[in-house]
Amino acid sequence: MPSGSSLLSRYAEAIYWMARYVERAENLARILDVQESFSRDSRGSHNWSSVVALNADDAAFYARRAEPSTEAVLDFYILDESHPGSLVSIVRAARENARTLRPLISTEMWINLNTFYNRMRSLRSEDVAEERLARLCATVKEACQTHTGITEGTFYRDEGWYFYQMGRMIERADQTTRLVDVKYHLLLPSPADVGTPLDISQWNALLRSAAAYHAFRRMHPSGMTPASVSHFLLFNPFFPRSLLACTEALDDTLTQLRSTYGLRGGRSALETLDELRAVLRDSTIDAVMRKGLHEFLDWMQTRLIEVSLALGEDFFGYPPAAQAQKASG
Amino acid sequence: MALAAATQSLADYDPDGFYCEVFGLPDRPLAETSPVRQRLDRIPLEQLRARAADAERELYNFGITFTVYTQKDAVDRILPFDVIPRVISAADWATIDSGVKQRVAVINAFLSDIYGEGKAVKDGAIPGELVYRNPNYRPEMEGFRPPLGTYAHIDGTDIVRDHLGDFRVLEDNARTPSGVSYVVENRHLMQRAFPDLMANMGIRPVSNYGECLHEALASLAPPAVFDPQVALLSPGVFNSAYFEHIFLAREMGVPLVEGRDLVIEADDRVYMRTIAGLKPVHVIYRRINDDFLDPQAFNPDSMLGVPGLFAAYRKGTVALANAVGTGVADDKAVYAYMPRLIRYYLDEEPILANVETHICREREGLQYTLDHLSELVVKPVGEAGGYGITVGPRASAEELEACRASLLADPANYISQPMVRLSVCPTLTEEGVQPRHVDLRPFAITGESTWVLPGGLTRVALRKGSIVVNSSQGGGSKDTWVLE
Repeated sequence: MPSGSSLLSRYAEAIYWMARYVERAENLARILDVQESFSRDSRGSHNWSSVVALNADDAAFYARRAEPSTEAVLDFYILDESHPGSLVSIVRAARENARTLRPLISTEMWINLNTFYNRMRSLRSEDVAEERLARLCATVKEACQTHTGITEGTFYRDEGWYFYQMGRMIERADQTTRLVDVKYHLLLPSPADVGTPLDISQWNALLRSAAAYHAFRRMHPSGMTPASVSHFLLFNPFFPRSLLACTEALDDTLTQLRSTYGLRGGRSALETLDELRAVLRDSTIDAVMRKGLHEFLDWMQTRLIEVSLALGEDFFGYPPAAQAQKASG
Repeated sequence: MALAAATQSLADYDPDGFYCEVFGLPDRPLAETSPVRQRLDRIPLEQLRARAADAERELYNFGITFTVYTQKDAVDRILPFDVIPRVISAADWATIDSGVKQRVAVINAFLSDIYGEGKAVKDGAIPGELVYRNPNYRPEMEGFRPPLGTYAHIDGTDIVRDHLGDFRVLEDNARTPSGVSYVVENRHLMQRAFPDLMANMGIRPVSNYGECLHEALASLAPPAVFDPQVALLSPGVFNSAYFEHIFLAREMGVPLVEGRDLVIEADDRVYMRTIAGLKPVHVIYRRINDDFLDPQAFNPDSMLGVPGLFAAYRKGTVALANAVGTGVADDKAVYAYMPRLIRYYLDEEPILANVETHICREREGLQYTLDHLSELVVKPVGEAGGYGITVGPRASAEELEACRASLLADPANYISQPMVRLSVCPTLTEEGVQPRHVDLRPFAITGESTWVLPGGLTRVALRKGSIVVNSSQGGGSKDTWVLE
């Protein structure tokens, strides 16, 4: 096995962010998809402003639009090139990182992202109309999965691979917290609605958007409650998008990276991850819900940002104790 | 004759009196390229177009682009690719290969001399003023001998062919010649789009360029470094040749670094910043101009360079390719003296002639230029990028008079050349297969010896009648086949 490393810090950072952006695009497509099915189910009371709130994008959104109409929100999250959180911008960011990484990544990875970006860039407003949204989201998910598949099959397994995995896992963990938050915090039903067909069908849609429905059913052949779904998406160790699974994968990847290449950096990120892992292992969903699921998810998001910053300081050459999360959306 | 027998793609092709790279002289068709012609002619025009469209899409997906900056934004454009190859016979290649090696040898001898003893100037082979007052002359290099005594490790020679089929050197590129990535990528593209055209044709390969380059670069490493770390230094993603930097780094398997990735420590050694801390770098293929290389030694405003790099270079802890100060050798004024310098340093006759050049600082040259002003192209020697050129055959009476006045006021600032009737190559256009003017840039790599990549970059002026092959002005490129 290799010892020592000659991976440029700048490249490590670009790989990490390339992975994060692709994962982010996939998850944004999932969130838009699930929102679309919520709005289809709702009795006219639902609107798309919840997505804006979920992503903490209120300021950016209302600076550009007056009303959170379906068209405005979809345009903002899909086509708006001036909005860094739109699909087109996220894919561009992934592609720009890939461009920097061309010397390192496989040609097939590059062609895939370049083509993906060209396709996103050619989308027109008629392509993102609500009735075509599900199909568009499916296309984006598939493009992202194609990327991860090509990467899995062609990317050389050196230090870069570890940074790629860490980028994916931390983004996925963060996005899963947001996905759960969408339903729990923003669509919080009135007590009377809990367990009604509408409530259950929304949890159902949420599971499906995370590709978790069948896995959930294997664990819970019957019944579906907010607690059981939340528990599954947060604490299940075997579901690849669960918060626990992502955190453990992140923790293990960083541990392996350090030992394989004899790196001194990464210690403080590892400490945080160990702590998160213990919290996720030991918490019960009832206790978390009692204290407030939204607050718990918020806390997780903050800790993940700390992990990202610690990686930045140790490996990417960020100045110590950077105040702002670099380059994140 | 092939022209008459042609029924398909080449049926209506007429080189219009120019030398054609695929057909040869109008009355003497090339025997060596006849198999290529026959195969090409069997491909119907529609199919040629369909395959060209596929190739174009592939280029776009691949992102083989160069960046054009407008005031508003940066646009990635693909370099247009023409699917009809330019073919070079084995005999012609032997001439080019030895001619380019001779050219590289004289460039290195010249640079070694001017930064060393200065014999050529003392012996009157070239005016000292052209050397020492040249803006690309770097006094910082005086008395320093770079590894292996080589300056231009990577050299590009721009060659054209006149109406008689004779090769002539138009320009030397001894700084950071670009375009080699297109040579290799064009070949890969052709192999996918026209396997039937290429099969068993006996085309010399180009895919080992990266390997040869890496070997030459590694040979420059400081003594006692047995496993040298080579890096390619690029100005970054905004550079118009960034695609090529990526290509070269990949082909060599070395890191593509930017100035901010490198640091010179107190021991005057160069390191790169990695996730494991600082790692030594021994050889740098730099694609940054001298001016921007090191703000401590050259342009102090440079943000692209590495402070202290030149000091490390002079101390011998790191090798740079190309050496600093090679720009003086590919200057227009020095170009005019190249044939004399070949005789002076190598005691040989030039294998590849220059375009006939009249040096106006010399009495006969000036007189000839003044007498034939309307037939000649007059170029100021100090300028780059085509500024201040008067094209006699296309100039008005006033322009010619203005040119005459400038010549008389400062003859030393000018050279003049006849207009070369550039050769053509069959090219796919809207109107079918038509002749378009081409040039050729072979690439030479010099480590312990000189190696020339078989072929080189063929640029083609896609506009009818145009002789401007630059990519920014409607130029494209072609695959270049050297036959075995």
